[in-house]
Amino acid sequence: MKPNGNDPLVMIDNDRHLFKVSRNNFTDPDVFVKERERIFSTCWLYLGHESELKKPGDFVTRVVGGRSILFNKDRQGNIRALFNSCPHRGSQVCRERKGNAKSFQCFYHGWVFGQDGALRNQPGEESYGHDFKNDPDSNMRQVPRLESYRGLYFLCYDPEAIPLVDYLGNAKEYLDVIFDQSVDGMEVIGGTQEYAMNANWKLLVENSIDGYHATSTHATYLDYLKSMEGGLTNVALSGVGKDLGNGHGVIEYSAPWGRPAGQWVSLWGDEGKKEIDALNARNEKLYGKEKADRIAYKNRNLLIFPNLIINDIMSLTIRTFFPQSPNLLHVNAWAAGPQEESAAARKFRLSNFLEFLGPGGFATPDDVEALEHCQLGYRNSQEVRWNDISKGMGLEQPAMDDEEQMRAFWREWSRRLTGPEQIRGERT
Amino acid sequence: MIAATEKGSDAGTLTRSEVEDFLYAEAELLDEWRLPEWLDLFTDDATYQIPPTDIPADASPDNNLFYIADDRYRLGERVKRLMKRTAHAEYPHSKTRHQVSNVRILSQDDGQVEVACNFSTYRTKDDFSNIFFGKLLYGLEVSDGKIRIRSKRVVLDTNGLRNQGRISIIL
Ligand code: FES
Ligand SMILES: [Fe+2]
Repeated sequence: MKPNGNDPLVMIDNDRHLFKVSRNNFTDPDVFVKERERIFSTCWLYLGHESELKKPGDFVTRVVGGRSILFNKDRQGNIRALFNSCPHRGSQVCRERKGNAKSFQCFYHGWVFGQDGALRNQPGEESYGHDFKNDPDSNMRQVPRLESYRGLYFLCYDPEAIPLVDYLGNAKEYLDVIFDQSVDGMEVIGGTQEYAMNANWKLLVENSIDGYHATSTHATYLDYLKSMEGGLTNVALSGVGKDLGNGHGVIEYSAPWGRPAGQWVSLWGDEGKKEIDALNARNEKLYGKEKADRIAYKNRNLLIFPNLIINDIMSLTIRTFFPQSPNLLHVNAWAAGPQEESAAARKFRLSNFLEFLGPGGFATPDDVEALEHCQLGYRNSQEVRWNDISKGMGLEQPAMDDEEQMRAFWREWSRRLTGPEQIRGERT
Repeated sequence: MIAATEKGSDAGTLTRSEVEDFLYAEAELLDEWRLPEWLDLFTDDATYQIPPTDIPADASPDNNLFYIADDRYRLGERVKRLMKRTAHAEYPHSKTRHQVSNVRILSQDDGQVEVACNFSTYRTKDDFSNIFFGKLLYGLEVSDGKIRIRSKRVVLDTNGLRNQGRISIIL
């Protein structure tokens, strides 16, 4: 039977501990259109980190939620997000990926805008009405909402949206634990990994917080770690998965790999040990032992709904992605670290990152392969209709290799796509 | 050791055609997935790097996030991994075609030869094909009549990997 409007997008049976997601959600162009309207036009979306705009005049252009955005810092140090479209006839005003500029000129007819997007002058000014420049429609338009938390800038295309801090809700505390790794502030390290997958974006949401697939998908990465002298501690992989509300989810767990945030491995040598010990001692003094241990020894894969992943694992990554179509997504990923980190620690951080993460790592390419093959498998979604996300459903506290954190995403996703009435109906 | 690494003429200096023969032979090893033999072309202290495309071309992997920044150890592990069935991203293996052209010797001194060339590498996996292209920078070393690679840096001309998705093959 063909899935149709009457089929739920998500099917939940609490008695039988079953949580099923329709595969149609990964392929249907109508779902894609609804997502743009009900998710990417109404949720807070990650734009960039304050450290990417160091000096006044610094700018970055970026596609966020399908819109072309100019993210910049003005002379007074205000950070802005402008729609990168000329008010005159729509050309992209700034055509560079990043740089530093006092003003922006649209090359088509030559209109010049200030760092705040206001029209400064245009050729043939005398041919326009006398108050043309005072009309706000003559300026580059600002995004309706731009707010930040711990240096992370988010935008929202819905002027009525709740404040960012309320939207982040319980996820805030996890962001605090991650960003408290630094006293001087975290920074995004130079170099963006920009890649793509022939897969629906929600597959990458699930995969980024999936503690279940490592042994099978990442067998070669685990072989690599095991064979490396001093690459691992004997800490076991164990922890919990949580629904943080508002669609956010997390897994928090201990793991055997080295963490530049505080878990030393012998590969890093005596000098490395001294540094890590000092870091942990500093954190204990600042935050107390319990939180210092959590910063040092616990890994976190954190999803901020709908499409921001902050993985505080063997390295720290900020990753966001947007669908181009139901079966194509674009990813931007960055490494981040404390500004005060030593050169040696920075090197270990980046080395750890590259071993595992990114399109040239020993693990991520296998994730990509898995997601692309899920997408290929959904060719059969009319006949083989449901994905299973039930693992750990009946448990008091689901584990990091259960799927509660993904159910958190799907509950919110489904609520936003179908409206509150229907999801209430499904959940009873 | 394969024939292509035998150094014919004057000890210590290379002609462009000797470098070309060497690069063609390297490309063939990659296309035939003879990766352990390919690895033998590298010196013990060799590096293999692919920087991202939004930072200056001479940036260092010590303080920038690269796509790949292997020392000889990790390069060896990369090869080991790519020879396993459990390297899922490359199983079944992609079909590849490595092309090199515009080969130039930039300098040579005391057996250290700096080479630049253009490249394009085609890859097919499943129903998808894509192209990687850009510039290769080699540091070659000539000793005991053999050519070895001391460094290989792949400078991509694309904006990121939007078309290629990932770099699970060797470029
Ligand atoms: S479209 Fe920008 S000046 Fe005309
Ligand atoms: Fe994975």
